[in-house]
Amino acid sequence: MLREGTNGYRIPAGCAISGIFSKEGKRISGENIIKSIGLMHERSNGLGGGFAGYGIYPEYKDLYAFHIFYDNFKAKDECEHFLDRHFDIVNLSKIPTKKIQSITNEPLIWRYFVKPLPTKLADSQLDEDEFTARSVIKVNVKIEGAYIFSSGKNMGVFKAVGYPEDVGEFYKLDQYEGYCWTAHGRYPTNTPGWWGGAHPFALLGLSIVHNGEISSYDANRRFIEMFGYNCTLLTDTEVITYIIDYLCRKQGLTIKEAAEVIAAPFWKTIDKKDEKDRERLTYLRNTFASLLITGPFSILVGFDGGIMALNDRLKLRSMVVGEKDDTVYIASEESAIRLIEPNLDRVFAPKGGEPVIYTFNERINSER
Amino acid sequence: MSIDFIYPEYEIARNKDRCINCRVCEKQCANEVHKYHADLKMMQADDLKCVNCQRCVSLCPTRALKIVKTDNTYKENAHWKGRTMSEIYLQAGSGGVLLSSMGNPVDYPIYWDKILINASQVTNPSIDPLREPMETRTFLGQRPNKIERDKDGNIVNNMAPQLELSTPIMFSAMSYGSISYNAHESLARAATELGIYYNTGEGGLHEDFYKYGANTIVQVASGRFGVHKDYLNAGAAVEIKMGQGAKPGIGGHLPGAKIVGDVSRTRMIPEGSDAISPAPHHDIYSIEDLHQLVMSLKEATNYTKPVIVKIAAVHNVAAIASGIARSGADIISLDGFRGGTGAAPTRIRDNVGIPIELALASVDKRLRDEGIRNNVSLVVGGSVRSSADVVKAIALGADAVYVATSALLALGCHLCRSCHGGKCNWGIATQRADLVKRLNPEIGYKRLVNLVEAWTHEIKEMMGGMGINSIEALKGNRLMLRGVGLNEKELEILGIYHAGQ
Repeated sequence: MLREGTNGYRIPAGCAISGIFSKEGKRISGENIIKSIGLMHERSNGLGGGFAGYGIYPEYKDLYAFHIFYDNFKAKDECEHFLDRHFDIVNLSKIPTKKIQSITNEPLIWRYFVKPLPTKLADSQLDEDEFTARSVIKVNVKIEGAYIFSSGKNMGVFKAVGYPEDVGEFYKLDQYEGYCWTAHGRYPTNTPGWWGGAHPFALLGLSIVHNGEISSYDANRRFIEMFGYNCTLLTDTEVITYIIDYLCRKQGLTIKEAAEVIAAPFWKTIDKKDEKDRERLTYLRNTFASLLITGPFSILVGFDGGIMALNDRLKLRSMVVGEKDDTVYIASEESAIRLIEPNLDRVFAPKGGEPVIYTFNERINSER
Repeated sequence: MSIDFIYPEYEIARNKDRCINCRVCEKQCANEVHKYHADLKMMQADDLKCVNCQRCVSLCPTRALKIVKTDNTYKENAHWKGRTMSEIYLQAGSGGVLLSSMGNPVDYPIYWDKILINASQVTNPSIDPLREPMETRTFLGQRPNKIERDKDGNIVNNMAPQLELSTPIMFSAMSYGSISYNAHESLARAATELGIYYNTGEGGLHEDFYKYGANTIVQVASGRFGVHKDYLNAGAAVEIKMGQGAKPGIGGHLPGAKIVGDVSRTRMIPEGSDAISPAPHHDIYSIEDLHQLVMSLKEATNYTKPVIVKIAAVHNVAAIASGIARSGADIISLDGFRGGTGAAPTRIRDNVGIPIELALASVDKRLRDEGIRNNVSLVVGGSVRSSADVVKAIALGADAVYVATSALLALGCHLCRSCHGGKCNWGIATQRADLVKRLNPEIGYKRLVNLVEAWTHEIKEMMGGMGINSIEALKGNRLMLRGVGLNEKELEILGIYHAGQ
């Protein structure tokens, strides 16, 4: 199967995104997110759709959930052999799917709940997340025909080549419940037809859906690859995921500080800030200059216990936020929110470069 | 002896119908080419003395003059070209090393001209710099590897000293002595007005120019001319000159004729003595020695200024740069084989070193492969001729560029490549007071400002076309480049695809 990135070709894409988040940690079925993204049918072209759900595996919440595409059984055997040697596999199964006329050529789709083998982990001198992240990257780069497309705890990515509403039905997402959902409909400018290329793109608990085409791509890619990442897909979403993982997990920045790096305020804005902010913003922008992202983008970043919406600095892509009680809706178009929640307390369009971040209410956080 | 006669390469063509015998050409030519013949009541010219600096052509009020390439020729021979033959006659006559000035003029590939820049269409909007912010502010220096926080969780500012530029262009090293006081003043004032930096070169800093210190890079070369504590602390950064693109492997050479008055005082050497820098620094015979000099200079400047290490682009430049990146240096400056000079042995200028485009691409890649690209900034010079070259250099991986030849052209230089003669009719590469005063710094600095501002406008236009609104997103963004007419190996080294791919 032709896989994007293989010949060094990069495929620009337009898209639709949508997200739902419950600040109360209330578990919402996947039905609404399918409806919401389905309304923006015109913004996709049937060449990729996908979802990320958080809080969907409470029974296995301390285990990494690997969702894996296999092109064939040989790849499956090879990958499982690798997993056996590095992880304790607590549970494995096919991911349940439903036959849909418009979704064809599906790979083998498997799910594993795993934790790193204690001896292997100790030998590696890495923390659990880093050990797992490296293992995921290793499988994706080294084992031909195997692709781990979801690797977080108590979360999962579901994606395919097709319209997003069909993809949701294919994976029976109405049967899952999560406190956060993000969704993506893809409009790539050619037809790779590879399932791994659909969004969301995820690493550990971090998932990104993205609409846009970033002009800084190769500057970002060549910088982030210095730190053990390998951009095999040559997609914007992949590189954005690695950037946020690097800034937050490896450098210890908050998600807001990460936003101040990738969508750094213009210098003239920074220059007008008071001294303390000016120093901090200049420091962040200068230290990670090569991680500034330019060109149009709107992204939804899903992470454990929260969601961030971010536009490029010029706001070259549409994105609207709606709030109702403790639930937050974010979508490329307001109609995609109104369809599932007509009576909103508040609706607004985030300004370019200004991150909109929602996390659990304090009560939920303290209970966790 | 008649064997040594070499027919002048250029001839002066005077239109007698236009010439009014005003004798401007005679007054303007320090080489004494033009002479008024009183009996014949007409101007005459001695082509043999002409260096083709175009001074007389530019100032002739009636446009009566032009310089033409001679049609006198040796018998044609593909292997023995005219220039090669003439050089043999010269050396057989003199027994000397041939000297030349300015950059390598030989017909080697110019990679800038085989690289094309991208622009957005449909999937990604281009950005209009007239309507939207377009940022060219650039910082040069080491970046921290790790975020540190204080006990309250605030980020600690552990940034090493930086240079801040309004646009990624600086004026490269040209010493006081090789160029004139007025040329230095023009560069210093332009750098100050532009918010960029100029470089003193290896001849020290004239006391009048200490006031431009905030926009000055002071250079320390193997001769240590003019180096003392106040000098090191006068500038915004210190540059160690290990090599120069025009003459890799040898030191600088300023003829005694140019070591006069203030030049002698600034260099701290006697008048009339040749200023010959040793080929190596005699305290640097290996990379660990460089580390010591870097740290000594930091100690001398109290760790407040970035240290630049300048090297010529040579064959193993990537490995050398990797070593420098671990030496404590903040910035590496790479100088390509087209880089200018006030005087260099012709054979070295024309045959030693490699193109800056290839050196830059391989150094940037090596530093990234080793994960240390953020430890240093990369400045490239030695043939940057236009804003398009700047954009290509940055997309290949440079943080900023150094320009010198382009700056001299802005001041009036016509690239006659005779700097070593010391009789620059444009008042640049000379110490003769009557010639120096021809360069008015008031006008000179404005022309430099104009040039850099014009280039910056063009850089912004090209960035906007690519949908990039900040220069850091262009840095190392090689997907924005395509090669044309390059072979697989060249593309591999440059790290770019061929046009059409």
